[in-house]
Amino acid sequence: MVAPLSSQLINLFAALLLLIAFAMLSQRRVLSLINLYALQGLVLALSTATVAYSTHQEHLYYSAGLTLFLKVLLLPWILHRLIRRLNIKWDVETLINIPTTMLLGIVLVIMAFNVALPISQMAGTFTRATLGIATASVLLSFLMMITRRKAVPQVIGFLSMENGLFFAATSATYGMPMVVELGIALDVLVGTVILGIFFFQIREAFDSLELRHLERLRED
Amino acid sequence: MEIAWVLGAPLLGGLLLAFWGARRWAAELNACASFFTLLAAAALTVHIIEHGPMLRFGQQFFVDSFNVFLVALTAFVGFTTSLFSRPYMRIEQEHGKLTPNMLRLYHSMFQLFIFTMLLALLTNNMGILWVAMEAATLTTVLLVSLYRTPSSLEAAWKYFILCGVGIAQALFGTILLYFASEKLLGAGGQALLWTHLDTIRTQLEPTVLSLAFVFLLVGYGTKVGLVPLHSWLPDAHAEGPTPVSAVLSGLLLNVALYAVIRCKILVDGALQSHLAGDLMMGFGLLSVVVAAFFLSRQKDIKRLFAYSSIEHMGLTTFAFGMGGPVGTFAALLHMTVHSLTKSAIFFTVGHAAQKAGTQSMDRIRGLIRQSPTIGWGLILGTLAILGMPPFGVFTSEFLILTTAMHHQPWATPFLLLSLAVAFAGIFGKVQPMVFGETTVQPLPHRPALVPVFVHLAAVLTLGLLIPPYLVSWYHSAAALIG
Repeated sequence: MVAPLSSQLINLFAALLLLIAFAMLSQRRVLSLINLYALQGLVLALSTATVAYSTHQEHLYYSAGLTLFLKVLLLPWILHRLIRRLNIKWDVETLINIPTTMLLGIVLVIMAFNVALPISQMAGTFTRATLGIATASVLLSFLMMITRRKAVPQVIGFLSMENGLFFAATSATYGMPMVVELGIALDVLVGTVILGIFFFQIREAFDSLELRHLERLRED
Repeated sequence: MEIAWVLGAPLLGGLLLAFWGARRWAAELNACASFFTLLAAAALTVHIIEHGPMLRFGQQFFVDSFNVFLVALTAFVGFTTSLFSRPYMRIEQEHGKLTPNMLRLYHSMFQLFIFTMLLALLTNNMGILWVAMEAATLTTVLLVSLYRTPSSLEAAWKYFILCGVGIAQALFGTILLYFASEKLLGAGGQALLWTHLDTIRTQLEPTVLSLAFVFLLVGYGTKVGLVPLHSWLPDAHAEGPTPVSAVLSGLLLNVALYAVIRCKILVDGALQSHLAGDLMMGFGLLSVVVAAFFLSRQKDIKRLFAYSSIEHMGLTTFAFGMGGPVGTFAALLHMTVHSLTKSAIFFTVGHAAQKAGTQSMDRIRGLIRQSPTIGWGLILGTLAILGMPPFGVFTSEFLILTTAMHHQPWATPFLLLSLAVAFAGIFGKVQPMVFGETTVQPLPHRPALVPVFVHLAAVLTLGLLIPPYLVSWYHSAAALIG
């Protein structure tokens, strides 16, 4: 059986993930956002490793390692390099109405728990209680993507959505098959690199990474 | 063995072109790789027709009559597009729109894009299907922004973010699917194999599967271009280079719909109800109606035909949703004829826009005077896509409408009205572009218009008389889908 300690650890990590999701929602500095993203990856890797340890699922160790390498080291490194090269390291975004966004976030969390309830009752995993939190962090990242007006924060929202999905996969089923996880990791990596190229193209064309420049194609 | 060739040819082509994509003979190499893909796909098709469905490489790849037909279509349109793109891209280069590096990117990504679509079609693993669909977005995102104009960057950004968010929903759906199947098949790679899922589909947990299907439909539906998730599609089609518009419209939308259908088969088995079909009919009908009414407001020629793609994919989704032997048969036929016709139209539209130096429809006039082949190609293609007899689109639309009258009579007035509105919208705009006083300039290179007429001839043949072996092929595919 699963030791109560690791079950409590998982719950702790889940709570941390939710907290980080809210922190990202209200964080205005690009640099801190990237650090938060790296922290989210670290918590994710730790919780995956804990699940692996307590259920003796060997493949989960690999996916924890993959998460550690990709989401804590490689992607944040690419993003850091990117914002240094683009010279937006100290960019501060003016977010309107942080309190409203936070309240909306709380509503989303309640909704997520309701959606996840029937599924987590069916799940046989000991991590099933965290499924609600996983769904909540997916929705919160989604909210973040909607409220951001700059390109880099929007992409971090996108990446953290993928983190939420990954967490959902671990808590509902002890992770996807390895070949699929590798494929997803490859897609995320290639996607980030392509976006990096893309940022330079956007900046070259508009002299800024504000997304309001990208709102001209409309139906008239 | 054939599977390895089908996947290997475009992959190798893409890698070689990543190095040599800017050489003088790169376009020929591109066409050559596509030709090998077509040959391999033909061999695979013959094999499937003779020996029936097959599983290969530790059951990771699965081919039956449903996906082999899409593989053949993808390889064929990929090949003709590569022929069309040779003079087209050369003219673009001469107009100063492309640097050698951009051309290299274009050639390499074109082949890799074909590879990801073929991988999505051939894989037996629902997880790999997701990975390949996402990779298809990634390979085309830089192609949409190839010209680096502000509007093309905007289109590419929209494409990336919307399809990315959409595909994330599909990932959640896939996780739920795995969650349901893992209980019966055990953890590990087997639990996401479609053939395994298919054998136990009646035992899958209905609540989880219905939730999963909603996510999968929304996710892959974004890539099909179903309303209200369609807003990336007209931008991406209008701003990218025309060969890319042709393959996006003619192939990618089909492949995304294929993913939805594979999921629908599983969900139908688990639910024993018509929920999946009803959802697809709803989304499909909405797409047909909305796209038809948007058509008349378009000013850009490529946007016009992009909306027409949304309309036709909506119609196909609706027909798959109705199901039944005739409905599914009509949907498969419609997929085929739409692919062929729409890519042919984009070929002519691309050259028309090059001749006029603009994509604005008000400023393209009198194509037929200056170059009869482009003019005739455009007008015939337009008549074909509008469902005029004797073209194949007429046959499939007729079948869809009559089936709808029998089984879903409430939907028929909406469909008929939308088709009429679409006719007025498109024909009224295309006619002055083709006939009348000319304003367009001759092209510096001879365009390759043989593909246009080959496609239109195929669509005409499908309208006049579908070859018997093709009928039995469609029937067996329709029987699989149910």
